Amino acid sequence: MEDSRKYIIQLIIIVVAIIFLIKLFSIQVLDSKYAQAANSNIIHKVVEYPYRGLIYDRNGELIVYNTPQYNLVVVPKDVRHIDTVKFCQLFNITKAEFEEKLQAAKKFSYVQPSIFLKQLSNKDLARVEDYLVDFPGFDIHARTTRSYTHPTLSNALGYVSEVSKRQLERDTADYYRQGDYMGQSGIEYFYERQLRGKRGVKYKIKNVKGVDKGDFEDGEYDTLSIPGKNLTTTIDINLQQYGEELLKGKSGSIVAIEPSTGEILALVSGPSYDPNLLTGRQYSQNFALISQDTAKPLFNRPLMAQYRPGSIFKIIQALVALQEGVINRNTYIPCIMYPMKCHYHGPGETLVGAITQSCNPYFYNVMKRVVNQGISSDTYEDTRIGLENWDRHVRSFGLGAPLGIDLPNEKQGLVPSVEYYDRAYNNRPWKFSNIYSIAIGEGENLVVPIQMANFAAIVANRGYYYIPHLVKSIGDSGEPLPQYKEKHFTTVDSKHFDIAVEAMAKVVESGTGQYRAKLKDIEVCGKTGTVQNTPLPDHSVFIAFAPKVNPKIVVSVYVENAGQGARAAASIASLMIEKYLIGHTERPQIEEYVKRGEFIY
Amino acid sequence: MSRRDDISSNIDWLTVFLFFAIAIMGWMNIFAAVYDEASHQSIFDLSLNSGKQLLFIGTSIILIIVIMVVDFKFYDTFGYFIYGGIILILVFVLVFGREVAGSKSWFELGFIRFQPSEFAKFATSMAVAKYISSMGFRMDRLSKQLVLFAIIGTPAILIILQGDTGTAMVYSVFILVFFREGMSPTLLILGTAAAIIFILTLLVPNHLYLYIGIVAIGAIVVAFIKKKTVAKIAFVLAGVLIIAGVIRSVDYVISDILKPHQQNRIKALINPDADPLGYGWNVTQSKIAIGSGGFSGKGFLKGTQTKFDFVPEQSTDFIFCTIGEEHGWLGSLVIIFLFVTLLLRIIYIAERQKWRFARVYGYCVACIIFFHFAVNIGMTIGLFPVIGIPLPLFSYGGSSLWGFAILIFVLLKLDSHRMQVLVH
Repeated sequence: MEDSRKYIIQLIIIVVAIIFLIKLFSIQVLDSKYAQAANSNIIHKVVEYPYRGLIYDRNGELIVYNTPQYNLVVVPKDVRHIDTVKFCQLFNITKAEFEEKLQAAKKFSYVQPSIFLKQLSNKDLARVEDYLVDFPGFDIHARTTRSYTHPTLSNALGYVSEVSKRQLERDTADYYRQGDYMGQSGIEYFYERQLRGKRGVKYKIKNVKGVDKGDFEDGEYDTLSIPGKNLTTTIDINLQQYGEELLKGKSGSIVAIEPSTGEILALVSGPSYDPNLLTGRQYSQNFALISQDTAKPLFNRPLMAQYRPGSIFKIIQALVALQEGVINRNTYIPCIMYPMKCHYHGPGETLVGAITQSCNPYFYNVMKRVVNQGISSDTYEDTRIGLENWDRHVRSFGLGAPLGIDLPNEKQGLVPSVEYYDRAYNNRPWKFSNIYSIAIGEGENLVVPIQMANFAAIVANRGYYYIPHLVKSIGDSGEPLPQYKEKHFTTVDSKHFDIAVEAMAKVVESGTGQYRAKLKDIEVCGKTGTVQNTPLPDHSVFIAFAPKVNPKIVVSVYVENAGQGARAAASIASLMIEKYLIGHTERPQIEEYVKRGEFIY
Repeated sequence: MSRRDDISSNIDWLTVFLFFAIAIMGWMNIFAAVYDEASHQSIFDLSLNSGKQLLFIGTSIILIIVIMVVDFKFYDTFGYFIYGGIILILVFVLVFGREVAGSKSWFELGFIRFQPSEFAKFATSMAVAKYISSMGFRMDRLSKQLVLFAIIGTPAILIILQGDTGTAMVYSVFILVFFREGMSPTLLILGTAAAIIFILTLLVPNHLYLYIGIVAIGAIVVAFIKKKTVAKIAFVLAGVLIIAGVIRSVDYVISDILKPHQQNRIKALINPDADPLGYGWNVTQSKIAIGSGGFSGKGFLKGTQTKFDFVPEQSTDFIFCTIGEEHGWLGSLVIIFLFVTLLLRIIYIAERQKWRFARVYGYCVACIIFFHFAVNIGMTIGLFPVIGIPLPLFSYGGSSLWGFAILIFVLLKLDSHRMQVLVH
């Protein structure tokens, strides 16, 4: 009995030891969760946010920059042994506020940092920085927000805001984290990859009080943050501002392009908004206001507003017909007011006169000659062949498809095709008499203002264009994206463009443009357009380039509900040309006229 | 001089070796626990816990020499005086002591500070051994048992009054000694059963299952009784009712008798993840530190959890975390092996004593060390509530080290004279 008790005690000791060893084996060897927990105890990931690239105008003037913003953030997990009284004194908040904010942070996440106090001033920052060590779990995060030197160009620049939940879900590359900023429209969106740079990550070792104890594994896993690339835009900020000034109080757009390069000098959309409204603290509040505005300031009209081309389209008809060889410059067609009406300009015209006088029956005939060339004896079949051919020519002018500008949401316009009419007539047969209204730019045709500007550039270049773009240099490369260095030729030979140039020069010299678009020392070539918009007043349209020889600038102007193209649009276009070429206007009365804005009388 | 008087040849060198092996390992781990890479400290630096611990080990050698020189009959003769003296000191501490971390168990003499409760274990062992070995002692007498419980109860109650419940709980281990000396195992079994029921009650949220289980067990026991007398059935019934009462009272004990910090320690044992930053902090961090060590550990001075202060009390009560983290499962195995060897060796020594005083005393030493060993390591790996008692010879602390040195070397002194006792 006594002896067995001796063994019982020894057995108890050995059993306890074995239980310990089994338990230790399970937590040390079998279960890896403790090792991970140990790492997450000591390793703190510090994300270094790169500087977002700056944006300059074509002359090196700064347009968009970054402003630092300091937030006090808290990680509730790490908040321990805090002297609340001292904390509240330091940050000048009440105990109740402190508790409330901490509760809110805990609700958001126990381990993720959340903002405790927003946007500390530089003065506050200097005052509190040294005391932060006493408050484990609290830290200062510096982030930057966008700032703008001029209250202009907002629709082209776009804006930056926190990445949305949907964007996070669509981010298959898994780059973005909640709370990251991302370009949401305009250049900021299109060049997001170049502008954002690359986040850096540092792994720091910290002790239980959050005191830094150096780099984890000597920084082997750290990555440096790479700042975003600066962009040099093609925009002339002075011209841009002038354009916005002219379009103030009106609805419409101005596009100015340097034809020899496709660089966009000005991209005005009216009405617009101040880009500084969509940055920093008031973002959400202002965004709600702007997006609900009935004047649609977020609607980027140069790219998104679709109009019928109007009589500007007659130049394209003429060029296509010349290329097809169905007319020449001396082709005379009487104006019989049928099947289309015309205004009274004379009994008939040759080509240049028909363009400057905008004769409707003339171009009805021109298009008929292009489309019905008698290739097939079947009229229906012949029209199909002819329209297909016509379509190919017209599309080579960059119409009917997005041009590929470096901005999102570009609309494509519409160039009706054979398939289009088949659909429209539900596969019943159709022929030229069903479609002829497209001959004069009415009917199904749709264009966007940037396409019209590009067309003016094609005429200015006598037959080719570069895709219009807003950024001429990414970083220090001095180069735009490769697609913007490629010449695009139309299907019309260069020689035919002289007639178009001649006609456009004549429009300004002695035609509809002579009263408001003619300049003293600069030979401007232009074409008015009046887009019917019944029952509201017509849209006023004008495209132009100058000077006639070696053109430096092309302009397309759309002013909605402002009547004839010769008034509002022609005035604005010529003022833009003056501003760009000589720096000021020599016709203050025209400037005054535009700013007054009374175009219909 | 006969060979018998030559202490060096009669002393149990294996125990001496184990004592120093554990103490030296403890010293190195104390250094690892306080080590800070940046400040290039030396393990001998007297401003560090490791330097002080070396000093304590050094002074314990003086203590050991004194023990060896003193006549072995001194302890038997003066056992009650030593016991009485320590009780007086405990009362004295209660009145004049210094409060450290909520416990009034420290005593200050000039620049020396010590904890009398660490020495009370030795004194109580002396008194228990002397009483059991006294003429006419019979374990089966209730009156004798009551005296024994008074001997261990008095210091325990005084220590509880000091606010150091953990150290007081050590005295419960004497029941194991009484068991070895012939006491009926009923108390031991009842105590263990009560503890199991207590824990079960906490782990099973719905007490109804427990009641059903208890009644079922009672019914089975009744079914197996061959001669069903009224008395036997009543006995089982009473047992069932008592256990049900214990279950019923657990909530009351937990929420009304235990102090808040004691309640939390029990809650932390059951579910440390419920509040990992609050009451579960110590256990959670301790398990993280040990668990992150893996099979062979992170290497000496390479531990991150202990070094960066995630584990509290790391050089005293939670010193085992350093072993677990820096030396992994293998290191833990070595330490546990050393302790088990030491415990079995002490029991072996106790068993070879012909003198009952020495044998009982030997068992006291083994059981006290065992209790510390089991509870301390058990709490660091989450098998036991957090009770602030050190790992013997290993944890930082002079009083603790000296207390265990006295316990062990007095036994070795007695052991070295075991042949003389025969003559005696």
